Amino acid sequence: MLQICVQKQMGEFSLDAQFDAPAGVTAIFGKSGSGKTTLINAIAGLVQPDAGRIAVDDRVLFDQSARVNVPVAGRRVGYVFQDARLFPHLDVQRNLTYGGNHNAAQVIDMLGLGSLLGRRPAGLSGGERQRVALGRALMCDPQILLMDEPLAALDAPRKAEILPYVERLRDRTRVPIIYVSHDVSEVARLATTLVVLDAGRVAVAGPVGHVLSRPEVVPFLGTRAAGAVIETRVAGRLLDDDLTELQFSGGRLLMPGYLGEIGQKLRLRIPAQDVILARTAPTGISALNVLPVTITDIVPGRGPGVAVGLRAGDDQLLARITRRSLGRMELAVGMQVFAIIKATAVGPEDIGS
Amino acid sequence: MGALGPNEWAAITLSLRVSLVAVICALPFAIAIAYVLARKQFVGRQLLNVVVHLPLVMPPVVTGYLLLVIFGAQGPAGRILDQWFGITLGFRWTGAALAAAVMAFPLMVRAIRLGFEAIDPGLEDAAATLGATRWRIYATVTLPLALPGIFAGVVLGFAKALGEFGATITFVAAIPGQTQTIPSAIYGLLQVPNSGAAVVSLVVVSIILAMGALLLSEVLAQRMARKVGR
Repeated sequence: MLQICVQKQMGEFSLDAQFDAPAGVTAIFGKSGSGKTTLINAIAGLVQPDAGRIAVDDRVLFDQSARVNVPVAGRRVGYVFQDARLFPHLDVQRNLTYGGNHNAAQVIDMLGLGSLLGRRPAGLSGGERQRVALGRALMCDPQILLMDEPLAALDAPRKAEILPYVERLRDRTRVPIIYVSHDVSEVARLATTLVVLDAGRVAVAGPVGHVLSRPEVVPFLGTRAAGAVIETRVAGRLLDDDLTELQFSGGRLLMPGYLGEIGQKLRLRIPAQDVILARTAPTGISALNVLPVTITDIVPGRGPGVAVGLRAGDDQLLARITRRSLGRMELAVGMQVFAIIKATAVGPEDIGS
Repeated sequence: MGALGPNEWAAITLSLRVSLVAVICALPFAIAIAYVLARKQFVGRQLLNVVVHLPLVMPPVVTGYLLLVIFGAQGPAGRILDQWFGITLGFRWTGAALAAAVMAFPLMVRAIRLGFEAIDPGLEDAAATLGATRWRIYATVTLPLALPGIFAGVVLGFAKALGEFGATITFVAAIPGQTQTIPSAIYGLLQVPNSGAAVVSLVVVSIILAMGALLLSEVLAQRMARKVGR
């Protein structure tokens, strides 16, 4: 468990954030300039806060009132920078072992680095560099892993190449991971906990499923990024139609393609703008997924849109509709309605393990 | 090169020795000051910068005169060196090396400082997060990455030391076999009638040395650039 409480004034900008990061991936999400990088630099010791306290379990890294400030080199944080920051004059092998060679063989194997060891950073692709940077951070046996938008500089295929490695890391190690991002599908896929940072303050924090399905979070995420995350389980395969049936507490969903073996857990992000609401069970429509839901919240946005929170079983869903539709349908909290989800609305980037 | 008499050969070997010693002795100081100027903020930084660059902009004769006043047999530093360490600089080749080092110093510092400034400080931060101490970072990241700049400084400094004339002749005169370097030998020969052949030979040697140094630096700079992945 990482406990963070940081205050820092930097010119006009002030950072004042407090939250806990349990084991697993804690995503720090926010627009550029919201203070994400300053925050994780403070954890690493690269930025000294004006006040606050940072501790990993019982080990205090920084405490203004107790005058504790462990130097960067003594903090045992693994830091994966956005621009990898591999040492250009050292080959991959020497980059990896610069800070230590803890679990070297496993790390090399897990990240698929075996064939790169003799190469120099200048000859690596962006994705390979990030994998080496990740391996280098892991080999110094960190107590926390900090990742500052490690995929931001990569194109979609490279991202798809790295994400499984990070997922594996999350599932195999007990090291808390702080993952800074401004890409909601990355966050939805990887994070266990989500902290939304806005103008240097924590706007919302909590388990990722809860936070992403809360309608009041929509303005911070941006309307396109908003969408609930649900945990599902593969329940069956419709071979003739090439569909996979997923089971969750609110019912069953059909999604295109092969998504996994029966029984496998899948995390699914359902974009709010792709959820349609109907007052009566619709007939004669092409959408495959119609779920009975209860309206839990109605939160108007700044524009013509309204975010509607929905309960489906024990899970929360999120729909984004226009204010006009809301008025015309006379929707209200507590009302039973139907959520219609087009099977193709959920893209491959929204499905994780 | 039949025109190279013993005096000329003495001037050539002396010049090489003086320049080499000057650059080797100046290098650690040049690296330290270049690093400080490139990376540290402190009171008096501008003053230090100005003092380091003074020999570049002052007339060399003035630098030579100041060296004579400070390090000559009667100068305060000269007396201390002589009495405590038995080192005499005035009118000796060691003095010529000091003059060459002082004159080459600003050029070395400038080149090396550019080398340090070209390094992404983020790499040093990365090394720190990997547990490296400040000295280890300096030795394994900063210094190796500054090598191209350091090398450029060495070549520039060596070339400058080879060509140094004004400060050297003012400080240590031009005693054949003792303090007469190539430039002062050429100058001396020009004062003597019928020495054209010897002058031409020394001029040719100077040109060859200069070209050799440049070529070597190009080759090594390329190899180094490949090594740091630029």
